[in-house]
Amino acid sequence: MAMASAKLNTLSSQWIGHNSFSPRRGSSPRRLSLPIRASSYQHELVQTAKSIASPGRGILAIDESNATCGKRLASIGLDNTEVNRQAYRQLLLTTPGLGDYISGAILFEETLYQSTTDGKKFVDCLRGENIVPGIKVDKGLVPLPGSNHESWCQGLDGLASRSAEYYKQGARFAKWRTVVSIPCGPSALAVTEAAWGLARYAAISQDNGLVPIVEPEILLDGDHSIERTLEVAEKVWAEVFSYLAENNVIFEGILLKPSMVTPGAEHKEKASPETIAKYTLTMLRRRVPPAVPGIMFLSGGQSEVEATLNLNAMNQSPNPWHVSFSYARALQNSVLKTWKGHPENVEAAQKALLVRAKANSLAQLGKYSAEGESEEASKGMFVKGYTY
Amino acid sequence: MKALTGLFWSGKNKRTCFSSWIEKGSMSSFKSKYQDELIANATYIGSPGKGILAADESTGTIGKRLASINVENVETNRRILRELLFTAPGCMECLSGVILFEETLYQSTAAGVPFVDILKKGGVLPGIKVDKGTVELAGTNGETTTQGLDDLAQRCKKYYDAGARFAKWRAVLKIGPNEPSPLAIHENANGLARYAAICQENGLVPIVEPEILSDGAHDILKCADVTERVLAACYKALNDHHVLLEGTLLKPNMVTPGSDSARVGPEVIAEHTVRALLRTVPPAVPAIVFLSGGQSEEEATVNLNSMNALQGKKPWSLTFSYGRALQQSTLKAWAGKDENIPKAQAALFVRCKANSQATLGTYKGDANLGDGASESLHVKDYKY
Repeated sequence: MAMASAKLNTLSSQWIGHNSFSPRRGSSPRRLSLPIRASSYQHELVQTAKSIASPGRGILAIDESNATCGKRLASIGLDNTEVNRQAYRQLLLTTPGLGDYISGAILFEETLYQSTTDGKKFVDCLRGENIVPGIKVDKGLVPLPGSNHESWCQGLDGLASRSAEYYKQGARFAKWRTVVSIPCGPSALAVTEAAWGLARYAAISQDNGLVPIVEPEILLDGDHSIERTLEVAEKVWAEVFSYLAENNVIFEGILLKPSMVTPGAEHKEKASPETIAKYTLTMLRRRVPPAVPGIMFLSGGQSEVEATLNLNAMNQSPNPWHVSFSYARALQNSVLKTWKGHPENVEAAQKALLVRAKANSLAQLGKYSAEGESEEASKGMFVKGYTY
Repeated sequence: MKALTGLFWSGKNKRTCFSSWIEKGSMSSFKSKYQDELIANATYIGSPGKGILAADESTGTIGKRLASINVENVETNRRILRELLFTAPGCMECLSGVILFEETLYQSTAAGVPFVDILKKGGVLPGIKVDKGTVELAGTNGETTTQGLDDLAQRCKKYYDAGARFAKWRAVLKIGPNEPSPLAIHENANGLARYAAICQENGLVPIVEPEILSDGAHDILKCADVTERVLAACYKALNDHHVLLEGTLLKPNMVTPGSDSARVGPEVIAEHTVRALLRTVPPAVPAIVFLSGGQSEEEATVNLNSMNALQGKKPWSLTFSYGRALQQSTLKAWAGKDENIPKAQAALFVRCKANSQATLGTYKGDANLGDGASESLHVKDYKY
């Protein structure tokens, strides 16, 4: 670990003044002239990131906190109990053939330690399908003092030891979601805090063997134009990458989870998938160094079909990074509605998951067509002021 | 040729996919009226098989070159040398741009044809050095910043009217126990970003050049680390100043061991250089045009070739912007004598052709090595 040696790091530390360190005469202190990067996990981080960013595959996000999972269960008339949460996640994670389309699954802490009713650990189910287990590590959003009613993301305290524990349990990537609100500004303070928090989290994750997914979600709420979203997205990502570099994060061992560049939910004009693709790719090309292996988009309230169409539009020609999905609602909506909590519906619900997963897999390859999609899948899932 | 006419005469080039819809009001990069043209020109410079001849030595510096072959540093001789370069047969096909010093922008051949017209006719964009040299930063250990922002807008306009379509500004950093300092990095990155924004407002594609000198005994990993830090700071500054990255070029040093350090092979240089660039340069930048620093002509070509032969992600063109590494054998062959001009021009062609192949990764190391082609051109603490 970095703390064990007191070697001076001439580049990383901001030297105050010229001669802050005066070597004792006669001895030449061994200075580490290069920053210590991600200790011994470097190779594994790069391999894990590559595995998640594999062609035709993306991430299934099922890391809803207990409270949020409760809302999902309530929508199909189920109580928010551990048994029900376990049953729902079991349905998802034991779907046969899921690994054909899914390369990683983000779990909530409770789920990381759960097993199937037969006693098989969820992480082992995932490993069996070549799906990398991931873990949500942030501790949620709270109001940012001095800002314009904006939020910041908590979770740095004890993050190193928690990450180490999650690694032991089998997690190999982490996720931290912070948000930026365009209607609230965003203020420079909120953007800086979001970016710096992500950078610190990313450095700590890598230090403990977890590939950090970097997620500054620019919320869909608002009536702003797509041009305004582009402007804010470019500012946010410029700061994120600047701080990631300052924190000596290895770019070959991270993944991004951006929001697509779209107009605000209340904007008068909707944008076509082609327009969204153009603006989003422009933003990525201007801000994302090619060393980053994968960009896994969040769906953020888009309907299942919209999220897939937009992803497909972005993959019509080769990109310098894997451009894919990390969807929660956009993969789970039809599944929930098919399951309704009844054991006899499990198989059908798993099939519904495969349908969505396959559609997004095709979209990642640029080969998706919306013909034959159900009406349910086209329903928007935007919730104003959505909180996890 | 038709496409090139468009480049010089109008901003209406519709070849690139970004231009038309960006105009619909994106404020993320400020909207220069030259937007389409900037993107087209920057892209053109990165054309496969082509690169830049840096012939922008200031009067003082060119004097040193001329002195080395016993030629007097007067305007006529400077004109003769540049005419030699720009009329060398076969060279224009290998070049997409030539960087000029101000004096040269307004000079003509002996027959009275403006250099700018010679270049345009050959499909080569004229560029112009716009910085005013470096000065020391007080309180640092000999670190510098680059001057030239005052009246830069007016000068750029003037140069554009004279036919220039891209500009160059050289920032200099060095590696030492405490260098480059955060101040030097911040100051030079900011200067580059201001210069770039002003250029774009006035129709010139800015070449962003943060040169990290190779002086020192450090190893290649140290150079890689410093290069990554400096480039990250540069792109942060460019982003903050709303510079249109699609209309810029980058002119970095290659990642090499220090000049007092043990040599490494071209594959090692290629690997470390490309990795540093993958970590810092957004794909929106169309081309990376390397400086040669103190490398010999042959080294500079072989290293560039290795980079282009590397398998893997490289979303920008990798090409050359060489001064000394294109002109060294030419100068020696000329030696100031009229009767040597054809020989000198042939020597220039050899290097141009070799570097053109290097941009495609097809150079076989078989160029007729002219006198001095393998000579290191490193000068300690090099000042332009």
